[in-house]
Amino acid sequence: MSKGEIVAGCLAPHPPHLVYAENPPQNEPTAEGGWEQLRWGYERLRESLAGVDYDAIVLLSPHWQTYVGTHFLGLPNFKNLSVDPVFPNLFRYHYDLDIDVELAQQIHDRAADAGLAVKMMTNPDFRVDYGTITTGHMFNPAWDKPLVVVSSNRSRDYYSVEVMQEMMIELGRVTREAILASGKKVVVIASNSLSHRHFTTESALPEDMSKEHITSHAMHLWDMRMIEYFRTGQAQRILDEMPEFTEQAIAESDGGGLSWLLSTLDIPTYPGILHGYGTIIGTGNAIVEWPVRDHKEAE
Amino acid sequence: MSDGELIGSFIVPVHPHTVLAPEQNEGWGRLRDAYDLAAQRIKDSGADLLIIYSTTWPSIIGHQIIADPNPEWVMVDHDFHDLGSIPYSFNIDEKFAHAWNEANEKRGLKSRTVAYHGFPIDVGSVVAMKLLNPDNAIPAVIVSSNVYANRSETTVLAKACMDVVKATGRKAIAVTAMSLSNRMFTKPIEPKDDRIHSLKDDEWNRKILELLGQGRLEDVGQLSRTIHQQIRVNKVVAFKPMWWLSGMNTNRNDLTGEVLAYEAIHGAGGAVVHLDPTPSGTGDIEYDEDDVEYFAGERNVLDGDQTDLEETDSLNAELPQKETQSNGPALWDPTEGKDSVNSEAAPKPVGAYPHARRVGDLLYLSGVGPRQPGTNAIPGGPIHDGNGNALEYDIKAQTHAVINNITRILEEAGGSIDDVLDVTSFLVDMDRDFQGYNEVWAETLGQVGPTRTTLAIRALPTPIAVEMKVIAKASKKE
Repeated sequence: MSKGEIVAGCLAPHPPHLVYAENPPQNEPTAEGGWEQLRWGYERLRESLAGVDYDAIVLLSPHWQTYVGTHFLGLPNFKNLSVDPVFPNLFRYHYDLDIDVELAQQIHDRAADAGLAVKMMTNPDFRVDYGTITTGHMFNPAWDKPLVVVSSNRSRDYYSVEVMQEMMIELGRVTREAILASGKKVVVIASNSLSHRHFTTESALPEDMSKEHITSHAMHLWDMRMIEYFRTGQAQRILDEMPEFTEQAIAESDGGGLSWLLSTLDIPTYPGILHGYGTIIGTGNAIVEWPVRDHKEAE
Repeated sequence: MSDGELIGSFIVPVHPHTVLAPEQNEGWGRLRDAYDLAAQRIKDSGADLLIIYSTTWPSIIGHQIIADPNPEWVMVDHDFHDLGSIPYSFNIDEKFAHAWNEANEKRGLKSRTVAYHGFPIDVGSVVAMKLLNPDNAIPAVIVSSNVYANRSETTVLAKACMDVVKATGRKAIAVTAMSLSNRMFTKPIEPKDDRIHSLKDDEWNRKILELLGQGRLEDVGQLSRTIHQQIRVNKVVAFKPMWWLSGMNTNRNDLTGEVLAYEAIHGAGGAVVHLDPTPSGTGDIEYDEDDVEYFAGERNVLDGDQTDLEETDSLNAELPQKETQSNGPALWDPTEGKDSVNSEAAPKPVGAYPHARRVGDLLYLSGVGPRQPGTNAIPGGPIHDGNGNALEYDIKAQTHAVINNITRILEEAGGSIDDVLDVTSFLVDMDRDFQGYNEVWAETLGQVGPTRTTLAIRALPTPIAVEMKVIAKASKKE
């Protein structure tokens, strides 16, 4: 078997507003547009990867929240209706997604060997969380690549950001090992926002962009600080500052996705490509790609 | 229609083990037995409405209320999916859900109803509904736990709910679907090995249950933040279901409480508790927090005008007639009693009291300020804006307006300003305002000749500078 490869790592947030604004046939509500800066960012990300060959997407979503370890979707296909429990007015999406169960099992097994608490999810009635569906759609609307879906272990809630990060760095390490051993070409995605303080009311027209902005200047400063680290290849500083960032920006990195992603990418020292930044109901969202394929020396 | 009431409350655990695996662990089985006992008590009570507040349904845009009359789906727990699936089909009182939403708006609280096919009803609600109302005989309503809500929002949410219960004559049961300590084991365990995660969690749980067993619900509510810090994983903000349940029970501390079961579910504290409204005779209430009636809201960062509360129609005729205003407390209709005197031409009270009360030959007026009936405007201007910033105002205009309002009330009683015997005046700024107030007095009531006492006070409920408390001669009744 040839050696597996991570072709790209992406930070690709999941607010359902992005799917809502796209008006895809799978989603029941319809919109007049909105959040174009981020949707164009997703377009640029898709264009960046259009000529890149890969076999599977490994995605960690903060909205499959598990408190008893890390779980992996473990059946070949999931087909159902995903309704966002927070924004049901925006997101009622009929999904049909394939799972790379083999790769999921391989990551699971390596994680178990490393002492992490893990479980395969094999209940056919399980509804896939809307974060996975949103990022899955925005990243690959054709849904023609199988996914490995990883839950968000809420160890930060139980212990601390530091403990969460320790566990996610370890999970990232074994994810990387499993991918390289699999012989597959893989895109790795963390599906999370940056600063994550929401507005607590919604505009009468949710896509009214005259109402959209970051919730506070402090959140903006934190988002820009993180983006600067993304753009200048300072992944280690992101990990170093993760406790402060997570606490002070109420950041969705609390779900572990960003720490896991950077670890899976072996803590990249080359610049990430910022494809877009924008706010969604006050939260800060960046679409960033680490073009691992262009930095083979990192492999 | 007779007034509705809350005829009981229950606290129940959220995890699916009691539905899917009660036989796998003796403790889970005892919780299931307690759930079944609670269901029987609810059935025997004659309740016609179940109201469920679930901590496993977080929301961001205010609180959300299920309004789909018949939500159907299959629920699978995010963590315990290997225990199996729970198909559900519930009987939801959509009319009550919409009325509650409107009542929230009337109290300044943002909420919304949700009625979408396939909406994922949370595990706590599903478990509670399946076990407490197994045949769907009792219509139910389910509300989310807003992640940003704190005590004021949660208390007002309960009071708005009770507005509707009372207005619609319902016999309601309130249910909080929640854990006590919510720290689970972070690794899979064998069912036989289940226990409360730590001794500290167990001790706190037992203290909470001791208080609840004594019916001291408000005490638990007031310990909410402490409990959250001590034994709660920060999945949610604060131990807020106790605020809601206490609000539903008018913040009482003398309920009749009974702990039906207390066991571990994967390390978390699960309990079934029954709180009966029958007074137990125990428990003092010592408030150290406001008994908030309306949510003033400071959290909205959109730039719309949030003071414009939406008009609602369906319940206006039945709910307590209170109005909110942007700068000051809510307005009430004056209370009606055998001896009360109320005037349409006088400003509305800011609490539950009449404009005046006739006792023998005397008429006692509630404190009268300068606010104008109908518009609630303050002649001479308010003394501060809605943010507490001081404003310029005219004390003479305010004093004239006070005396005009006194005149209107006395005329409603069949008398006149000439009947005033004794006045106690309150000024919020004696140094600034005494002279102007005194000049107007001399021109008006000074000509009548009542006794007078003038006091300096720190503040009045509305942004006014002067208020007068009057005793007058009562004219003979017709």
